[in-house]
Amino acid sequence: METQTTTGLEKAKAVEKWRTHLFPAGLAILILLNILIFMEHLGFSIVSRYYKGILILAFINIILAVSLNLINGITGLFSIGHAGFMAVGAYVSALLSLNMGRWEFVSPQVQAVIQFPLVLLAGGLAAALAGLVIGIPTLRLRGDYLAIATLGFGEIIRVVALNLNITRGARGIASIPNYTSLWWAQLFAVVTVVIIWNIVHSNHGRAMVAIREDEIAAEAMGINTTYYKVLSFTIGAFFAGVAGGLLAHHLTFISPKAFDVLKSIEILLMVVLGGLGSITGSVIAAIVLTALPEVLRFLQAYRMVIYAGTLVVLMIFRPQGLFGRAEVDLTVFKSFFRSRTGEEVTSRPEKRGGNGGSA
Amino acid sequence: MSQFLQQIVNGLSLGSIYALIALGYTMVYGIIRLINFAHGDIYMVGAFVGYFAFRAGLPLPLVFFLAMAVPALFGLTIEFFAYRPLRKRNAPRIAALITAIGMSLFLENLGILIFSPDPRPFPRVFTNEPIYFAGGVTISIPQILTLAFTSVLMISLTLFIRFTRTGKAMRAVSQDAEAAQLMGVNIDRIISVTFVIGSALAGAAGVMVGILIPRIEPLMGIMPGLKAFVAAVIGGIGVIPGAMLGGMLMGMAETLVTAFISSTWRDAIAFGLLIVILLIKPSGIFGSSSRTKV
Repeated sequence: METQTTTGLEKAKAVEKWRTHLFPAGLAILILLNILIFMEHLGFSIVSRYYKGILILAFINIILAVSLNLINGITGLFSIGHAGFMAVGAYVSALLSLNMGRWEFVSPQVQAVIQFPLVLLAGGLAAALAGLVIGIPTLRLRGDYLAIATLGFGEIIRVVALNLNITRGARGIASIPNYTSLWWAQLFAVVTVVIIWNIVHSNHGRAMVAIREDEIAAEAMGINTTYYKVLSFTIGAFFAGVAGGLLAHHLTFISPKAFDVLKSIEILLMVVLGGLGSITGSVIAAIVLTALPEVLRFLQAYRMVIYAGTLVVLMIFRPQGLFGRAEVDLTVFKSFFRSRTGEEVTSRPEKRGGNGGSA
Repeated sequence: MSQFLQQIVNGLSLGSIYALIALGYTMVYGIIRLINFAHGDIYMVGAFVGYFAFRAGLPLPLVFFLAMAVPALFGLTIEFFAYRPLRKRNAPRIAALITAIGMSLFLENLGILIFSPDPRPFPRVFTNEPIYFAGGVTISIPQILTLAFTSVLMISLTLFIRFTRTGKAMRAVSQDAEAAQLMGVNIDRIISVTFVIGSALAGAAGVMVGILIPRIEPLMGIMPGLKAFVAAVIGGIGVIPGAMLGGMLMGMAETLVTAFISSTWRDAIAFGLLIVILLIKPSGIFGSSSRTKV
């Protein structure tokens, strides 16, 4: 409710937070990362191929988690079919890349640079179209029914990919050009986060939050709930499609198996762990959950059991996720240090997720 | 025509398995409004218990007893350790749904850890020799067994819910939990009973699917679980005869698609049906629609 009564203040705070903490912090991390990667060209190979691969996956997962958070966390629509939109983006962009042919007037490198963003955009638009087509009928449903319907659509997309000739069925599409570099993944992740952050803190975002808090009340306040629900769903689908395209051009091979229910659930876990409604939470959770399986590799078979067990325990003791709805920024550290030194803790009211989904 | 009839027979035996799983979903949803995603994995547990019991050479009734008792224990434990604490804290429903997904992942990966991810052949207890029916339609002993045992279970369940005190309490809780509590119904006990019954039915379905399609693996529960849930929604979630009908319809639709279109479209028909029903009559065939009140 807090979010509705103090919207103006909220917005000012968000802008303030963005300007003073999040933007500089994010920029600093990215610059540091890029210096480390750039060292390679100077002869110091600090970031190995293995770590580069993980970083690319982390950036792709950031796009997926943040875009799903717009649907699940901000608008409160419980969707578990994100892998389906990813599949649409992956297939469309991969097929376009493979069939574009060789442009005679530019060198292959230049062609890749021009072609790749266009192809990803096309993949994203195709996924957005799928989101629109699926969203208009299913978003009439609520809560559990919506969840199961989106899951169903996700599966249908997978089965369609399994059956069409153009997607080559279960054999999948191989030898997709390996265009996804760390630079591209990074660029698209940053653009996604910035765009979604701005949507959330715009009028549209506040309408979406209002729908999450109470759909009937939002409607009574004159918000066109159907429009905003479909909008949120379509935007989320668009970025999932872009992420799918990035993944396809990173792995150079895609098959319907990669986009099954488990993939959707994996993305959902990132959103939930980070906190439904917290964009910074999603970013951090995406990074953690990409790195965690690699770190836990020594546990081998126990890995997934621990993973699932942790999720259940987390839900029981902290159902709002690690960060709840709060955005993480440097004040977290500030208040931490202040309380350590005995000073008064800055009064930063943490908005605890009281009533999650629009159940 | 005879091929069509044949597929109906096959569909009924597959459908009865879906129906048994769907019953657990619908009963749990009817009482605590939770999609118990772990239910499909309870069915997997049943199949594995059946596998080991048959391998140990136990007699058929004992195999079925174990394959229903062990999953029932699993269901009871899951409810007690995962869902009950959430309920006590009044956690948002989305948290409960995610816990259910987490529980499902947990059981699947525990299964992979203990049984290895490789599929294993279920011991052949009955010959698959077809018995001829009128008009060139055949039916096998496992199919007859499945249909017969499912009917027995369904009839017992219906009688239980209709005529026993506990059954009456279950109906009361699903109608209005608070009012039931005021009338002296111990809600926690009723919820536990619901999980036990639902899980036992899923366990029985697990053994039967092992006998019918002799191949089991730790991830076998995901798809049938989802489809059985869809079946429960189609029949009208929370309505017991609805789950039975929905399961049968689902089984038949699937075998017909496999026989006359292509087996690769099989998984799409379930969700296609779901979406059609949700758009036309979201409360399902037997469900009564409810309006959200402010």
